Amino acid sequence: MIALPPPKADILARRAEIVDALRAICPGEATISEPISLKPYETDGLTAYRQMPLAVVLPSTTEQVAQVMRYCHLNGIRVVPRGAGTSLSGGALPLEDAVVIGLMRLNRILEIDFDDRLAVVEAGVTNLGITRAVEHEGFFYAPDPSSQLACMIGGNVNMNSGGAHCLKYGVTANNLLGLRLVTPEGDIVEVGGAHLDAAGYDWLGLMTGSEGQLGIITEVTVRILRGPEGARAMLAAFKGTEIAGAAVDAIIGSGIIPVALEFMDKPCIHACEAFAHAGYPLDAEAMLIIEVEGSVAEQDELLARIKEICARFDPISMRVASTAEESMAIWKGRKGAFGAVGRISPDYLCMDGTIPTGELPRVLKRMGEMSDEYGLKVANVFHAGDGNLHPLIMFDANDPESFRKAEAFGADILKLCVEVGGCLTGEHGVGVEKRDLMTVQFKAHELDQQRRIKSAFDPGWLLNPHKVFPLADAAPAA
Amino acid sequence: MTTPLAPPDEAGVAEAIRAAAAAREPLAIEGNGTKRALLRPVQAARLLSTRALTGITLYRPTELVISARAGTPLAEIEAAVAERGQMLAPEPPDTGAIFGAAAQATTGGACAQATVGGIVATNLSGPRRITVGAMRDHLLGIRFVNGAGEVVRSGGRVLKNVTGLDLCKLLAGSHGTLGVITEVTLKVLPAAETSATVTVAVPDLAAGVRALSAGLGSPYGVTGAALLPQGHGDLPGPVALLRIEDFASSVAYRTGRLREDLAPFGDVSLIGAAASVPLWRAVRDAAPLAARAEEAIWRVSVRPSAGPGIAAAAEAIGGRALLDWGGGLVWIAGPATEAAHQAVVAAAAAARGTFTLFRGPEPLRAAVAVLPEEPAPLAAIAARVKAALDPAGVLNPGRMRAGG
Repeated sequence: MIALPPPKADILARRAEIVDALRAICPGEATISEPISLKPYETDGLTAYRQMPLAVVLPSTTEQVAQVMRYCHLNGIRVVPRGAGTSLSGGALPLEDAVVIGLMRLNRILEIDFDDRLAVVEAGVTNLGITRAVEHEGFFYAPDPSSQLACMIGGNVNMNSGGAHCLKYGVTANNLLGLRLVTPEGDIVEVGGAHLDAAGYDWLGLMTGSEGQLGIITEVTVRILRGPEGARAMLAAFKGTEIAGAAVDAIIGSGIIPVALEFMDKPCIHACEAFAHAGYPLDAEAMLIIEVEGSVAEQDELLARIKEICARFDPISMRVASTAEESMAIWKGRKGAFGAVGRISPDYLCMDGTIPTGELPRVLKRMGEMSDEYGLKVANVFHAGDGNLHPLIMFDANDPESFRKAEAFGADILKLCVEVGGCLTGEHGVGVEKRDLMTVQFKAHELDQQRRIKSAFDPGWLLNPHKVFPLADAAPAA
Repeated sequence: MTTPLAPPDEAGVAEAIRAAAAAREPLAIEGNGTKRALLRPVQAARLLSTRALTGITLYRPTELVISARAGTPLAEIEAAVAERGQMLAPEPPDTGAIFGAAAQATTGGACAQATVGGIVATNLSGPRRITVGAMRDHLLGIRFVNGAGEVVRSGGRVLKNVTGLDLCKLLAGSHGTLGVITEVTLKVLPAAETSATVTVAVPDLAAGVRALSAGLGSPYGVTGAALLPQGHGDLPGPVALLRIEDFASSVAYRTGRLREDLAPFGDVSLIGAAASVPLWRAVRDAAPLAARAEEAIWRVSVRPSAGPGIAAAAEAIGGRALLDWGGGLVWIAGPATEAAHQAVVAAAAAARGTFTLFRGPEPLRAAVAVLPEEPAPLAAIAARVKAALDPAGVLNPGRMRAGG
C-alpha cells in the first residue's frame, strides 16, 4: 500500500461539525457520512488501493461546488474530486481527512451547436453521453477511452484521456474549447470559451491533464466532429514483433495515418482468441489491427495500399474486412482484451507507458526477460501509431508477494519506458500509482517547478495533495 | 539597449538569466525579432536572443517527431520535413509581410527569419488549425530556462504523454514571459499528396459562414475554411473557400461531393492545386487583408457564427476583415486609434470571444490592453504562476499586460 499523508487530527475531531456544514450546502442525501454509504467511494479503477473519506458531497450546481470549496479552504480541509471513479491510476483515491466532491449529479447537457460544432456539458456527463447526444446528426466526440460508457468528461479533462483513435483525432486536450471551474479558494472562473485559442496564458491547456491538482472542473465545452462516411479494419499477423514494428513504420512512412493502429503480442492474441473467438492467428508473434476511414472506394484504396505494404513484411496472414460486420469481428477480440486477460489470471495490473515507436522491439524483448525474472506473465496490447503501451501484468491478489512482485515488475517496465526516451504514462495519469516514480522522469528542480505552479493555484495544498508528486516533498513549496 | 546577448548554448542562456535575476535587470526575450512589434513593447535593460541556438537535434519521420533548438529558422524545419513528405500541420503563418518593415529595421535591413522557438512562444497557427489543432497541440516536448536560470523539461518526444503538469501548453503562447524556450519537439504529419479548393460565391458573410459550417460539418475532411469579403481573383466578394488535402483520388471525390452539397449557398467552382497552394499561403499570412502600413491589425477569435458580426464591427470603424477557421478567426485591418481598438474589444467581448492587437504603433500598444483582461481570481492566479516561474520578474516584463 502506498503511503498517504498523515490525516490532520483536528479535522478528524471536527467531523460531525464539518458534515453539518456540508449538509447545509448540499442538503439531504447529497451529503454522505454513514460508513456504509461511504464505502463505494473508498476506491476507483485501481482497486488495490482503498481509503475511506471523511465525507462525500454530491453537488448539483457549480455554485454548490464553489460553496463547498470556499468552506474547505477557510477550514483547511482537504478535497478530492471524483467523476465516475474509473481511474486506473488511483486518481479518485480519497484521504481519511478529505471531503470527496462527487460530480456525477452535474450531468446536464447545456448546449449543442452543430453549426459551430461544439457542445457545452457539465462535468458529470459521460464520454459516450456526449456522442449519444450528437450522433443523430452524424457527429461524435472524438476521444474514446475504453471506459467511455462510464467515465465522465470532467475526469477525461483532468486525466487528458486518450483512446484507440487518437492517432488521427488527438487526445482530450486537442478537442476542448473551454472550461468552467472552481478554484481551490472557491471562485468560479471560465477559461477558453466557444472559440479557439484564447489569448493570454493557456489555462485550458494547463488544466487539462492536471489530475485535479489545480481546481474542480464543473463544465466543459468540447468540439464535436462530423463522423466519416464509413470505417473498415484489417488484420495482419507477423512472425516477429520486430517485423510488425517495421510494418508500422512503413505504413506511417508511406503518408497514411490510419484512424487506429493497434498492436497485440502473442500472449495477448492467445488470451483474446480464447475469450472472443475472433479468428486471430495463434501462430503469430504479433498482430496489427489497422482501421481506415472514408467512402467505400476510399477505404478500398487505403486498405489496398496498407495490404501491399504489409505484404512486404512476410506476413503469416492478412484479413481485410469487406463489411462493417467483418470489421466488428476483427475488433471484437481487441475490445475484450482486458476481460480476456482477466479470465486467464485472477488479477492483473494495466500499465500505461509510452515509448518512441522505434524502440518497440527492444522494449518487448526486455519485457519478456523481466517476465521470466519475476515469474509473472505479461500480455501486451499497444496503440502502435503513438507508442502507448498497455502491458497487462498477471498476478494473484490473494498472494501479497505476488502483488508486490507485480508492482515491482510494473515499475521496472515504466523505468524502461523512460530510459528509451518515453514516459511513465500515456493516458492513465500519474495518480497515486506512479507518484513515486516521478523522480525517474523528472529532476528534483523540475518537480519543484511543477509544485510551485500547483502552489500558485492551491497555496494550502488542500486539493488532492497525495497524488502526482512524491509524498516526501508534497508540502507547500516555497 | 546595449549589445544583445545571444549565447551559443542553453547553459549560456541559463547563465545570462541567472545574472539578470541576481541584478534584477529585466531582459527582453526574442529569437530573430521578427515579431517584436507584436503585443506590448518591453522595457528592458538588455535583449536576450535565442538566435544562436540552432540546429535540428532529432528527426524520426516514422515516429512523426522532430526536435530543434529554439533559434532554428522555421523555414529550415519546414524544408527538412518537406524533404520526407511531411509537414508542420498547424501551418504557422509567416508574419514577414505584417511586421516586415519593423523587423528589418532591427536586423540592419537583412530579412530576418522567424525561429521555431518564436512560433511556439507566440502559438501562431494558420488555416489548418481548424481541423488539426494549433501549434500548442503539436508541441510534444520543451526545454526552457525559467526566470531563476534553471533548465526545465516538460513533455518529451512521444505522441502521448500525460506525465505531470503540461508545461508545454503553459509555455506555448506565453510570449517569453514565463521562460526562455531553448528546444522544442514537435509532432509532424504526412503532407497530403495534393489539394484543391472549392469556392462558393456567397451573397453575404452570414451565408458564407453557413457554407463553411456545412463544409466543416460534412464527412469530407475540409482542412481550410476561409471567407474573403473582398473576393478573390475574378470572383467578386464575398467568397467562401474550402480546402481538401488528401490522396489525389480522394481530393477528386471529396471536392465533387462538396460542390454538390454547397451549391445551395451560391455559385461553386474549383481551384486546382497549382492555384490553391499559393491562395492558402496568402490566407495564412493574412495577405487578402491588404493592410496598409499605417493601419493597425487585430486578430479576433469567436465562435464561427459570430464572425460576420465582428466583420461588421470592423467595417463600422472604417476597416476590413478576413475570416478564417470557418469564420471564427477574424483578422481586422483598421485605423490605429484607441477608439478603433475599443470598438474591436467591445465587439469581441459581446461575442464572448478573445482578441489580440496584433500590430499597431508603439504608443497605441503601450496605452491599451492588447489582450483581454482576466477576471480578478484568474489574474491573481496568473500573477502567482508568473512568480512561480519568474520570481524576479526579469523575463519580458510588460510584454502581455501592463505591469505583468
